Amino acid sequence: MLTYVLRRLLIAIPTLLLISLVIFFLVDLAPGSPASEIPLTVDAATRAKILESLGVNAPLHERYFLWLKQFFWIEPQYAIDHLFGTDLAQGAQRIISYSSRSPVFSIIAERLPQTLTVIGTAYAVAILIALPIGIYSAYRQYSWVDQLGTFVSMVGYSVPTFFTGVVLIVIFAVKLQWFPSIYDTTLKITDWGSLWAQVHQMILPVAVLGLYNAAEISRYTRSSMLENLGQDYVRTARAKGMGERVVVLKHVARNSMIPVVTIIALGLPGVFGGAIVTEQVFKINGIGAALIGAIHANDLPMVQTITFITAILIVTFNLIADILYGILDPRIRYD
Amino acid sequence: MLDLARQPLVRVDGLKMHFPIYSGVFRSHTGDVKAVDGVSFDIAQGETLGLVGESGCGKSTVGRALLRLYEPTAGRVIIDGEDVAHLSAEKLRQKRPTMQMVFQDPQASLNPRMTLAGIIGEPLDEHTRLSRAEKTARIYELMDQVGLNRRFANRYPHEFSGGQRQRIGIARALALNPKFIVCDEPIAALDVSIQAQVVNLLEDLQDRLGLTYLFISHDLSMVRHLADRVAVMYLGRIAELSPAKDLYARPLHPYAEALLSAVNEPDPVIAARRKRIILKGDVPSPANPPTGCNFCTRCPQVFELCRQVKPELSEVEPGRFVACHLYDNNKAARSTGGPEATERNQQGAST
Repeated sequence: MLTYVLRRLLIAIPTLLLISLVIFFLVDLAPGSPASEIPLTVDAATRAKILESLGVNAPLHERYFLWLKQFFWIEPQYAIDHLFGTDLAQGAQRIISYSSRSPVFSIIAERLPQTLTVIGTAYAVAILIALPIGIYSAYRQYSWVDQLGTFVSMVGYSVPTFFTGVVLIVIFAVKLQWFPSIYDTTLKITDWGSLWAQVHQMILPVAVLGLYNAAEISRYTRSSMLENLGQDYVRTARAKGMGERVVVLKHVARNSMIPVVTIIALGLPGVFGGAIVTEQVFKINGIGAALIGAIHANDLPMVQTITFITAILIVTFNLIADILYGILDPRIRYD
Repeated sequence: MLDLARQPLVRVDGLKMHFPIYSGVFRSHTGDVKAVDGVSFDIAQGETLGLVGESGCGKSTVGRALLRLYEPTAGRVIIDGEDVAHLSAEKLRQKRPTMQMVFQDPQASLNPRMTLAGIIGEPLDEHTRLSRAEKTARIYELMDQVGLNRRFANRYPHEFSGGQRQRIGIARALALNPKFIVCDEPIAALDVSIQAQVVNLLEDLQDRLGLTYLFISHDLSMVRHLADRVAVMYLGRIAELSPAKDLYARPLHPYAEALLSAVNEPDPVIAARRKRIILKGDVPSPANPPTGCNFCTRCPQVFELCRQVKPELSEVEPGRFVACHLYDNNKAARSTGGPEATERNQQGAST
């Protein structure tokens, strides 16, 4: 197992380098440049100075290696400095956002809590809803619960979040006025009242994203359960005289969780990346919103960095999913 | 004592197992697959009843319905004094230790995520109040009984060979000291060399623990070796139920005769003389069986009555039960005494 993990980590290095290369060059070579964001009223000399200070005049490969160095060497040092109060970085140049002129990682650190609270909660809620629904729908296949679950899943999966989001806003925020339509990022939780306000404003976005994710997870759970319910070992468990609870939850559900856990693990990078569309709909100032904003503003370092972090997370969670698979299923051996 | 031994442990009475067919847009109930259609037999304490027949004749369904792994459509299954077919769910669960099953596919019938100790020990958790140490001792004892090395206790099923897995299946079935075990083709998935081992193990356990078996198989020579009595099934019904020795020596039902003619004969001299009966046509669909005798479409000795009336299983010779109109005479002779038979003889003589 350890050898397998080490080997996978070693393979991840060239993979990530290649991804970083593609991301950096693709974003850099795409149409639109930082120069176009400078107002036309600025005279040529100042414009040249601004561009010089942004460092965009250096050759592409130089900027790539500088970015790589900053990403893997300097930024971690700042992170350690920040955590332990050391001074490893010694004021080295960080990755700076073109538009806000502040370090990209500081912006990400600012935005991350919003994303993690809302999208993370939505994902957790989705899992909590999806697993029981999936298990029960499979156990009572073609019952009305199953039919309803299938219908809701199809709706949740096929209707895009920008549509469900707007529909929910129209119904619950505009007509019924139960919930706010805009998420207030500045809200600080200090007492029960503000905690309630926070929960209150989270309900709509969590519902939209939760429905979408739950639809996917519950379908996987259901089909995996169905596959296992037909297996001979389930009959064995019944013949042993185990209660239905034990048969379904211990024997069938545990075996069915193997693919489901993988799906959940692979979905987790999405929690960090934020739901770009949903964040837009509810004006949540998260990572997704930051990415969209950066794309609009031709803020290349910001786009490159966020995209690359997402790529790293995807590679990491792929590995985690594979390791979980090996832990959950004794038939799979990595060596 | 002798009387007690003759007391049937298992009595099956008119067991029917129909699987509904749903078809059409609205999935309406359009018919039934009559997998088992009125099967009756009993098994004495310590006896082995063989159940043979070709694929799809309902052998395994009988075994499963007997232990109520399926909900039988009709009929009674009395095992050790209780009607299993009509017990409440909780009563049934408590009854399970008395009756166990050894399954056909030893790989699929073991939970891949449980260790051997977990698989054998789980019924002990559910049905007994043994301490941890006692449980471990019992698990080891069971493993010894079926000839599995104690070192294997923490291994998973996929780490074993087919024969070893079947031993695990047997150990699991034995865990709660059952009286009655249904062996559902326990050797069909095994190599020939391993088959003998498993069969010997089953025989050995029967001698030691006084078990009663229903041995379901399509391996006729293995059944001959193992069973005291044999029931031959065809299309959901029993065609013949006879002591093994008599059946193999002189099958009465035309289907039993045809089936047994397919058994390999090791002696080439006898094999050369032997006549193989090859049946023509296919088995009718159990969803739509013939009106008369189920075998009437393929029977070499079919006559008019067979196509109209289903023959009942009745005793035609001491201990031998046959469902065939060819033996209606014998049946009449046995059930109503002499007169009718003599009458016919007289008619025969007068013409």
